[in-house]
Amino acid sequence: MKIVVPLKRVPDLVEDLEVGTSGKALDTKDIKFKLNEYDDHALEEAILLKESGSVDEVVAMAVDGEGVDKMLFTAIAKGADKAVKCTGGDPADSHQLGKVFANALGAESYDLVFTGVQSVDDRDGQLGPIIASYLDVPCVSAVSGVLLSGNMATVQKEYSGGMMGEFEVDLPAVIGMQAARQAPRYAPVSKIRQVQETVTIGEIPAGDMGSGCGSSAFSMAPPEKGAEAEMLDDVESLIDVLKEKGAL
Amino acid sequence: MGDILVITEHLKGEFADITFEMLGKARELTDSSGGQCIAVTFGSMSGKAGQLGAADSVISVGGSDDYNPESYAASVQSVVSAQSPSLVLVGSTSMGMDVANPVATTLGIPVISYCSNMSASGGGFSCTSSMYGGKMNVVTNVDNAAVVMILAGFFSADAGKVQGSPVVENFSAESGAGKVRFKQLIEPEAADVDITQSETLVAVGRGIGGKDDIEVAEELAEILKADLACSRPLVDAGWMSKAQQVGKSGMKVKPKVYIALGISGAPEHIEGMKNSSTIIAINTDKNAPIFDVAHYGMTEDLFDVVEELVEELE
Repeated sequence: MKIVVPLKRVPDLVEDLEVGTSGKALDTKDIKFKLNEYDDHALEEAILLKESGSVDEVVAMAVDGEGVDKMLFTAIAKGADKAVKCTGGDPADSHQLGKVFANALGAESYDLVFTGVQSVDDRDGQLGPIIASYLDVPCVSAVSGVLLSGNMATVQKEYSGGMMGEFEVDLPAVIGMQAARQAPRYAPVSKIRQVQETVTIGEIPAGDMGSGCGSSAFSMAPPEKGAEAEMLDDVESLIDVLKEKGAL
Repeated sequence: MGDILVITEHLKGEFADITFEMLGKARELTDSSGGQCIAVTFGSMSGKAGQLGAADSVISVGGSDDYNPESYAASVQSVVSAQSPSLVLVGSTSMGMDVANPVATTLGIPVISYCSNMSASGGGFSCTSSMYGGKMNVVTNVDNAAVVMILAGFFSADAGKVQGSPVVENFSAESGAGKVRFKQLIEPEAADVDITQSETLVAVGRGIGGKDDIEVAEELAEILKADLACSRPLVDAGWMSKAQQVGKSGMKVKPKVYIALGISGAPEHIEGMKNSSTIIAINTDKNAPIFDVAHYGMTEDLFDVVEELVEELE
C-alpha cells in the first residue's frame, strides 16, 4: 500500500499581505511562504497509517521551485520514505497544478493520494478533486479519519455541526484531508540537515500542464472595511461594554 | 443570460441554510439578468419543493437521500450537461467541494471558489472570492458558463425562504460507478456543554499560542460565567474538543456576547459566529478580518488585556 502526498507552499497569513503591481495577485516579493497547513495534516495522516502498519510507503511530491527542496527534506525527516519533485513547469492555478501531479501519478504507482482539503489561494477549485478528475478515480473531501483494509478505505467526512458521514471508497482514490487524527509533528532541524546530506530527491518532468482553469482574476484588494468595530482603548472601556451587554 | 442552477444541500431530511442563501441570490440575479432559477434536489427532497418557492422550477435527480460524493457529482454533471446553464451555484461546503470540482473539471468549465459576493455585470456576472483567510478579495468576471462555490453565511437565507409551488421535473440522472458507498451518519459525541445555548462565549484562536495558555481564557470564562469555545486550529492541535469548535465544520453559535481572543476571523470561523448579538475581538493584528464583523475591538496583546480584566473583575 502506497500513499502519495502532494505538497504545496502558500503565503503565511501571519504576514502583511499586499497587492502586487498587476492589481490581480499578491506581491510575493517580501512575504514568507510555508507548507499549506492542510497538506501538513495529509502528510501526518499518511505517516500515522504507515506507523500503524497499514501502509508500506509514503511519497512526498511537489512542483519544483523556491524552498521546495527544504519542504521535501522536512517531509522525509517527519517520516516520508521518498520525495519526488516535478520539474520544468510553473503551474499558474489549481488546474495546472492538478495536471502536473496527475502526470506524475501516471508514472508513479499509488493506491492513495492524500491532499490538503483546500488552500488559502485556490481560487479555481480544490486540488484533491481536480487531481481525481484528471485521473478518473474517486475522491472524498473534508476527511478526518481513514482506515485501510484490503483494496478499500473507510473514511469519515466532516459535515457541519460536528456530524460525519462514513464512506467506503475503492482504491485507488484521492482523499482531501481536513485534519489528521493528531496534530502534525515537527521535525528537528538536526534531522532535516541529516536527511539533506543523505537523501536525493527524485525528479519527474512536469509534462503537459493543460490550458488551466479557464478563468482569471480581474482584480485583488483587501476587503473594504464595512461597519468598523468600535476600538476600545483600555480595559475600563471593555468592562463598560461587558456590563452594558449583560455579560457582567 | 441563461439559467442559473442551484444545487441544493440537505441533511437528515431538511434543506441546509446554504440552499436558501444560494436560492435568494440566484433569484435576485435572474430577476435582473433574465433566465430561470432552477433548483436541483436529491433523493426524496423534491417532496419538500414547496420550500423552494424562490425557484422557477425544480429538477429532481432522485437517488438516495444519503449524500454520496460520487453519485451526487455524477447526477449534477448529467443535469448540467443537459441544461447548459449560465451558472451553477454550489455551496462552498464539505459536500459542495466534492460536487463542484469534478463537474467543472470534467465538463471543462471554470470553477470559482469562496464566493462571498456576486452581481450581474455587463453580459455576465462578477464574483468576489474571499481568499487568504479573508484578507484579500479577488474579483473574477464570468462571461461564459461557470460553477461558483458560495460561502455559507454571506447571502441572506431569508431572501431564499419563499413558499411556493415550483414545477418539479424528474430527471433520469447518472449515478456514478459505485466506487464510493455511504455507510453511516455519525452524530457528534454528547458534550458536557452545548455552546449553541451559551449566553456568553469566550473563544480562543491560534493567537493563544500554546495549550497551557488556554488557562488564561478559562479563568476569564469562569468569572464571566461564560463557556469556552475555539476556532478550528485548536481542535486540530488536540488542545480543545470538537464540541467547543465554532465555525463551518463546528457549531453555529449566537450568544449575547462573543469574546474572540486571538482569532483572525477566516470565513470558516465567521460563518459560525457572525450572528452573535455583540462581538468583542482582541487581536494584535489590526488588519485581522475578525474586526470586520466585531462590534468592539482591541489591538492589544490578549494576555495583557485578559490578565488586567481578570484582576479588575476579581
